[in-house]
Amino acid sequence: MRIGNAFFISLFVGALWAGIYIVVLSVLAMLVSGETIIPDAGNAMIAGIAGSAFYILTPLKRREELWIPVSAAISMGVYWLLYTAAGGTAPSTTLVLSWIAVFVMSAVSWHLCFRDMTAGGQGRYQVEVILIRVAKGLGFIFFTIMVALPFYVMLMTSLKSQQSLLSNPLDLSIDFTQAPQTLFRSYIELFTDYRFGLFLLNSAVVSVATVIITLLFSIPGAYAVSRLKFPGQAVLSRSILLIYMVPAIVLVIPLYAVFSQLGLRNTLIGLVVVYPATTIPVAVYMLQGYFRGLPYELEEAGLMDGLSRLGVIIKITLPLSLPAIASVSLYIFMIAWNEFLFAFMFLDSPDIFTLSRGVQSLNSSEIPRQHLMAGAVIATVPVLILFLWFERFLVAGLTAGSVKG
Amino acid sequence: MNNTLHAQPPRGRGPLGKSEMRLAYTMILPTILIVLSIVLLPLLANFWISFKPVQLGDLRAPSVISNERIRPAPKAAGDEAEISYRLRNSSQKGLISDITLADTLPGGISVVGELDSRCQLNGVDLRCELGNYEPGQRETLTISVVADQAYIDNPVNPRASKPVIDGTADNILTNSEFTLDNFRKIFSASEFWTVLRVSLYYTVFGTLGALVFGLFAAQLLSTTFPGRGILRGFFLFPYVAPVIAVAFAWVLLLDAGPGGTLNAILLKIGAVDGPVNFLGQRATPVNLFGFTLDFPVALTTVISFEVWRYFPLSFLFILARMQSMSSDTYEAAEIDGASPLQQFWYISLPQLAGILAVLFLLRFIWTFNKFDDIFLLTGGGAGTRTLTVDVYEQAFAVSNLGAGAAVAVVVFVVLLISALLFFRYSPQDDG
Repeated sequence: MRIGNAFFISLFVGALWAGIYIVVLSVLAMLVSGETIIPDAGNAMIAGIAGSAFYILTPLKRREELWIPVSAAISMGVYWLLYTAAGGTAPSTTLVLSWIAVFVMSAVSWHLCFRDMTAGGQGRYQVEVILIRVAKGLGFIFFTIMVALPFYVMLMTSLKSQQSLLSNPLDLSIDFTQAPQTLFRSYIELFTDYRFGLFLLNSAVVSVATVIITLLFSIPGAYAVSRLKFPGQAVLSRSILLIYMVPAIVLVIPLYAVFSQLGLRNTLIGLVVVYPATTIPVAVYMLQGYFRGLPYELEEAGLMDGLSRLGVIIKITLPLSLPAIASVSLYIFMIAWNEFLFAFMFLDSPDIFTLSRGVQSLNSSEIPRQHLMAGAVIATVPVLILFLWFERFLVAGLTAGSVKG
Repeated sequence: MNNTLHAQPPRGRGPLGKSEMRLAYTMILPTILIVLSIVLLPLLANFWISFKPVQLGDLRAPSVISNERIRPAPKAAGDEAEISYRLRNSSQKGLISDITLADTLPGGISVVGELDSRCQLNGVDLRCELGNYEPGQRETLTISVVADQAYIDNPVNPRASKPVIDGTADNILTNSEFTLDNFRKIFSASEFWTVLRVSLYYTVFGTLGALVFGLFAAQLLSTTFPGRGILRGFFLFPYVAPVIAVAFAWVLLLDAGPGGTLNAILLKIGAVDGPVNFLGQRATPVNLFGFTLDFPVALTTVISFEVWRYFPLSFLFILARMQSMSSDTYEAAEIDGASPLQQFWYISLPQLAGILAVLFLLRFIWTFNKFDDIFLLTGGGAGTRTLTVDVYEQAFAVSNLGAGAAVAVVVFVVLLISALLFFRYSPQDDG
């Protein structure tokens, strides 16, 4: 068995994975169980080095899946020795489970990084392959935690009570044995005392109205820009996206002034006027890209057969562009649903709050934070469900306009 | 003469072309109108306001406020009383001219004595021409009356008929008073340049961060594996969720007081000595090679939030671009012995350069425009005030609409420059 650069890399990677997993899983165990678990990264890294050294020294042809559990067991044993040598007390079940998870996951990671490598000297290509595997693994962990953590905190906080939050902020465990009324008390209070049902309805009405108005304006507009010849077509087609770059904050002051004087400021109508105006340009931009991609021959055939332009649009173009219209609708709905600035500036009376404005009104020291988080969950869940449902459409629609093969 | 012999293609637009043009204009007109009225006109109006000495309170036009009463309340027929209108110009700044007051006196009351010279009575209809009121001017208009039996039988509160008061007031938004004070004020404020610098830091690092992380995330999901679709959807969560929800979740996560999850974690695992005030601390000294640098804590946190929230967008576009690349080049490179990093550097990156450039400029502009994120996270405190937050602060917190509009003009000018750059360097549309 030759010992080369791959061996030393494996030692480093072994320590790296074990160290990362023990920190991550200790914190996770802490959040889930509420128990205080202090990760011992140093010992775990030594144990990781031992395990991964064993793994890479195994002959390639014998490296069946069996060697994952064996190297996991070796590093686990080393860790246990170090733990007892340092005079550690009898660990709790959670702690032992988290250790097992740490070393099993470490062993799986070593396998994924080194499955086809021997300990001998490796060329640049192989070394880079290993490093890229390591980087990818780190990336997956990093992104997953980064994305999940705020949402996890949001959801769990909304289910806690004020005292338990302040006494141990790390205890995000949920006692599922309690009655649903106690568990969901923040949500129940929001819907009964804070009129979140009404806010939900207001948001839905404003968003749906925005989608409908936007489509009514943008479909003919996009068709004209993409299919019909008229002076100014090129300029319009270029400048549409430019409109989308006008910052909302620049529009807020004049619109606030004018809408105040017109009596439109503290009304939902005001929002339904402003939202489509900001979304129509992006809808036209997305739709014109799609219309351009449709074969013009179909429309010409329709014209030949005696359809009018409008007939062509309604009978040929629209049915063909349903996927694009679906994705544009979803995107516009999300923009309107999530919009904060205009809702915040325009709406004063709680009767017409949208969810964004309603959640913002919960941000005060007198209102417990689990209410704020419950409001955040209520605002997030509908849009996330809709997104997951239509994700394919949305992704295709968003990227179609700008990305060409 | 013989124009039939040399047939030429028709010049200009034929009848078909003209009808197509008319149709096109009809179809695009509604879009143009709404964009004009809600986006372009306000944009111009913002320039207009930025040259006007206008405060938030001036939005309510000056008007005459009246309070009417009858004293002493008549108890028997023949009792004398006074109806008085206490009038006041609501504005402390604006003159109201040509004020007229019209009211109906209660039935069963007759006026005795001299009527105010500016007033006329026609049956029960009172009409007064009150002339001009200076800002904040008050006046009490009294009419001596005597009650008849009809009034005693059926006493009517004089307030039952509200006086109709008309007057012309100068509207500060539309008059021709202009000033450069707003710009003078914002440019001379010492913090303006700090705000501009913070804006640029925020924009540049937020944009670059979102791009780099998006590129990294796209590399992770460029190969197929089970669960890839789910992970792709999951990575888009920060972008899809409402800003209000995720911003408050971050505030709670990063809270320096009791109850902040991240600080509790860091304290427990011994990474820090005391809680870090991620969103409230302006700067912390950092020792680097013997130099002490002030590391901006809150600014870095809001930049991280920006990166967190918008890496999904770059990720999505970069991933889409990567999936449209042909695999031939990679196979050829593989045979020639190019290492993975070489393949990434010499094959992937050049092909991604176009989309990266477009994303950079678009994100640059959008990040520069961003208001909600910082406003919700820090409210612009602790050295995180950007130009957009400054617009809000000036216009609505300090109530100086004109100064706010002036900052908005600065925002727009910076953006215009970026947009010009974008159109200069964006790949030309071949459609």
